[in-house]
Amino acid sequence: MSDERTPAPDQDILAEIQAEVAHDLEEERPPAGGPAYQVVGALVALVVGIGGAVLSYGYGMGTLRQPGPGMWPFVVSIAIALMAVALLVVGRGLTDSEKFTRSSVLPAVGLVTFIVLALLMPVIGFEIPSLLLCVVWLRFLGGESWRSTIITSIVTVAAFYFLFLYGLRIPLPHLF
Amino acid sequence: MDVNAFLDGFSLVTEPQNLLYCLIGVLIGMLIGVLPGLGPAATIAILLPITYSIDPVSAIIMLAGIYYGAQYGGTITSVLLRLPGEASSVVTVFDGFALAKQGKAGTALGIAAIGSFVGATVSILGLTLVAPLIAGWALNFGDPEYAALALLGVLLVATIGNGNKLKAMIAAALGLLLATVGRDSFSGAERFTFGSLQLTEGIDFVVVAMGLFGVGEILYNLEERHGKPHVPAAIANIWPSRKDLKQSSGAIGRGSLIGFVLGVLPGGGAVMSSLAAYATEKRISKHPERFGRGAIEGVAAPETANNAAATSSFIPLLTLGIPANASMAMLFGALLILGISPGPQLVEERPDLFWGVINSMYIGNLILLILSIPLVGIFVRILRVRPAILAPITALITILGVYTINNSTFDIFVMIVFGLIGYLMKKVGFEPGPMVLAFVLGSIVEDGFRRSMLIFDGDPTGFFTRPISGTILAAFVLVALWPAAKAILARRKTATVTPAPAERDDVDTPTR
Repeated sequence: MSDERTPAPDQDILAEIQAEVAHDLEEERPPAGGPAYQVVGALVALVVGIGGAVLSYGYGMGTLRQPGPGMWPFVVSIAIALMAVALLVVGRGLTDSEKFTRSSVLPAVGLVTFIVLALLMPVIGFEIPSLLLCVVWLRFLGGESWRSTIITSIVTVAAFYFLFLYGLRIPLPHLF
Repeated sequence: MDVNAFLDGFSLVTEPQNLLYCLIGVLIGMLIGVLPGLGPAATIAILLPITYSIDPVSAIIMLAGIYYGAQYGGTITSVLLRLPGEASSVVTVFDGFALAKQGKAGTALGIAAIGSFVGATVSILGLTLVAPLIAGWALNFGDPEYAALALLGVLLVATIGNGNKLKAMIAAALGLLLATVGRDSFSGAERFTFGSLQLTEGIDFVVVAMGLFGVGEILYNLEERHGKPHVPAAIANIWPSRKDLKQSSGAIGRGSLIGFVLGVLPGGGAVMSSLAAYATEKRISKHPERFGRGAIEGVAAPETANNAAATSSFIPLLTLGIPANASMAMLFGALLILGISPGPQLVEERPDLFWGVINSMYIGNLILLILSIPLVGIFVRILRVRPAILAPITALITILGVYTINNSTFDIFVMIVFGLIGYLMKKVGFEPGPMVLAFVLGSIVEDGFRRSMLIFDGDPTGFFTRPISGTILAAFVLVALWPAAKAILARRKTATVTPAPAERDDVDTPTR
């Protein structure tokens, strides 16, 4: 996406450089998501705006002299909804989204390991879940060799064990 | 300026403990600057829990060091790999990489380090002199001024970026809305808590920031990284020759000034000033065609300016309590955690912190100069560490860190939710930065607005008739309508060209 405007004479160089920078960054990025992504983004914002407005109306608007708890969130929600509508109208052609590809599975798996760690930590302490997280991230998400995975995982967890429990004296739930 | 307080600040900084935290901060900053991926805002977010367990002054000194240290580190990857480690070093890529290809990578890095040091030092001097004056002036601000100023800060950060302005403003407004979750401080009414006891106290800023910035970026990087190994070019003769120094001295001088001025403006910051400094050099050069082909000024100017700007962006935070960019919003949050509300009273109430932080920058930059000239080889070697090895370590720091704040697994889940939101926002082209910033400032805007309405007896025109808040709001309207006005003008000009240019190309600031 480049700057198609005919550059005004006084801002030529800065505009040129900015277009060049934008172009440079563009090369590094995965393919854009297309209009559907833009519409979904705008619709989510619209729903939040409308929902926020309805809820905050219920909290009580008060008067201008004595604004109630709902007035400020109501004003903000309406602003969100209006801007979301504007985005629906003008934003369909934007190219700033990124397509979900096969590699989007990686962050999904990463997210699951976060949740598992959060669930297991209070039950069996942080050591084993942390070790599992390291193994999954290194071996399966990062493509490291088994040797490097095992060494890095054990060293990392051991380092955290001593850092938190002895260095910072923060009582993390721990098994050992 | 209170000279005694200033000198006390120095003796505080030279305490071994604070020197150590300053060193750790700039080291981490330099490290994450070198490693593509996590930016300074995300790193500060991830490390916020530390502020609960160490001395406040040390904590802020360390977090500040991360921010300006990252500016130094970002240069290294720009020059050696053509990969800007930080957004503020993007423009350095053009001439820096060209110089590296000519075998002059060392010279480029050396000049960049010297320029960075000069720019930052000039800027700290400016900060030392100007900050107390602004703070003194701002002591007269009342609620209406603060509400207007915070709102302007949110808007400027949202509109002066590289992304789409409408989207940034939506993100900012969502941040304002998010700030209202919990018990209303005026009426005690619960808002958006959905019956949850944990949400009654509001959403913790640290948890939001660690989620949106930390987890969001970690997940995003997991996807973007395709296991590319980085093989940096070899570097030699890091010490620039006298000729190089002479050639870049003008650029360094101008870059310092441009950086200082643009850094003070909310939303201006390091990125904008590096572009402006580069453009200035190209404009006044007798041989503009050299730029992009290895002109040393093309490295000196932006690198000087981004460091000067990184430093001067502390001015609005320390004097007005308004963070100028996402990293400053993190420091703002850190100060709030420590029970210190940044604002004009800071210099009077906590001179130790005010001068401690400012003076730590003199020393931090000296450390950075040493790290980036004689020790640059070590950091270049760090580029060979595979990102896959660092990813689980940052992930663990984040999860275990957020747990330690309240010993609460609920916080981990809130953080994960915001991490997912942050990741999805990036995928559909919304920057989380304005959202976090607005979240931090949300309660200032709301409380200021409501107290002002009481003062004005329900008459909203009061905001406009008070001179200072009126001026600020006039600026607000100007900034808000500027992109739309420009888009219409541009559309008229290029009515024949289809499709009409999207307004996201407007990277011009109204401050020029």
